[in-house]
Amino acid sequence: MSVLLYYFMVIYSSNLLKYKLVLCSFCYMWILGGVVLETNVLDKPANQFKLGLQGGATIAIGYMPVAITYGFIAKTTGLTLGETILMSLIVYAGASQYMSLDMISKQIGVIEIILTTFIVNIRHLLMSASLNEKVEQDKPIKKALYAFGITDETFSVAAVQKEKLTTGYMFGLTFIAYSSWVCFSGVGYIVGASLPELFQEGMSIALYAMFIGLLVPSMKGSRKVVFLATVAALFNSLFVMTEVLSTGWAIVCSTLISSCLVELIILLKKGKEDGPSE
Amino acid sequence: MNSQIVWMIIGMGLATYIPRMIPLVILQKLQLPVFLQNILQNVPYAILGALIFPGVFFIHEDIWFGVVGAAIAFTFASFFSNVVVVVIGSIFALSVVSFYF
Repeated sequence: MSVLLYYFMVIYSSNLLKYKLVLCSFCYMWILGGVVLETNVLDKPANQFKLGLQGGATIAIGYMPVAITYGFIAKTTGLTLGETILMSLIVYAGASQYMSLDMISKQIGVIEIILTTFIVNIRHLLMSASLNEKVEQDKPIKKALYAFGITDETFSVAAVQKEKLTTGYMFGLTFIAYSSWVCFSGVGYIVGASLPELFQEGMSIALYAMFIGLLVPSMKGSRKVVFLATVAALFNSLFVMTEVLSTGWAIVCSTLISSCLVELIILLKKGKEDGPSE
Repeated sequence: MNSQIVWMIIGMGLATYIPRMIPLVILQKLQLPVFLQNILQNVPYAILGALIFPGVFFIHEDIWFGVVGAAIAFTFASFFSNVVVVVIGSIFALSVVSFYF
């Protein structure tokens, strides 16, 4: 696999620090591989945390190129390794982190960067509210903890599950994605420049392939899902192409328009469509 | 570490954490009207559509790279329901395609 090949290339051309870090991320990949390949052939009730880890393994893979690129750009922007990792640890939002680096290099003020971050992430209000309909009730402190791990990707994986979501599952899912993001931000800072271009190009599809892989199976059984996704995609494309709205607001508005529109249509001609969760 | 950057990071952290946390914690006790619940159940599929398009077309300066990538991913996704297979397969196929063109 190209990933393995890449690791061997880096180990060959590295000093000691690089070597250590790469070895760490290699171990990480190994554990990740173990999680992915492990099958639940036994009928015993599966450990929810472990199920969450398995569900999130794809996200962990998808985050690697994005985090590595982030780490590399952070270095060229002039951040220290500590600051780069701290940002991934505390902010944990891909688009916002990229954007803040861009704004730092343009010497834009801190307040403005924070406000833009808030606007870009306003869509998480929608995700969090939607997720609340699916997760089991639990102590607010536990929900507040795993709420930190809600991203576009973890939300998508969680939201298309058929069953009610347990707290253990949510912790497993968010933990594996978060650890990949933080770990590979550091890797990107240290080895980013030596990434082969072909590998980077191929990996750029990873997160989108994951969204598509989550959406298409749900589309098969339900015309409603097809409508929801298509209408939102069209509106979002319209908003982005015409530059009426910034990316953050475009996603929020197109999602709301599509969700409400489809629900209204169903109300109008009740009983004709089959819902995904009814 | 530059203290201004650290403060910026903390501020950004709050700006990303608050929208993630508030609905999950506050809506727990509230019983929403059925119509609103239905809309929230629609959100995942709508948001997936909006997250994929048009972003997928802009993963590379060459728009065709994104178009081909999306086509490959949709093809994989319609044959395999396992997301890992779709992701790995798409990366591999797109690497092969971009190597030859």
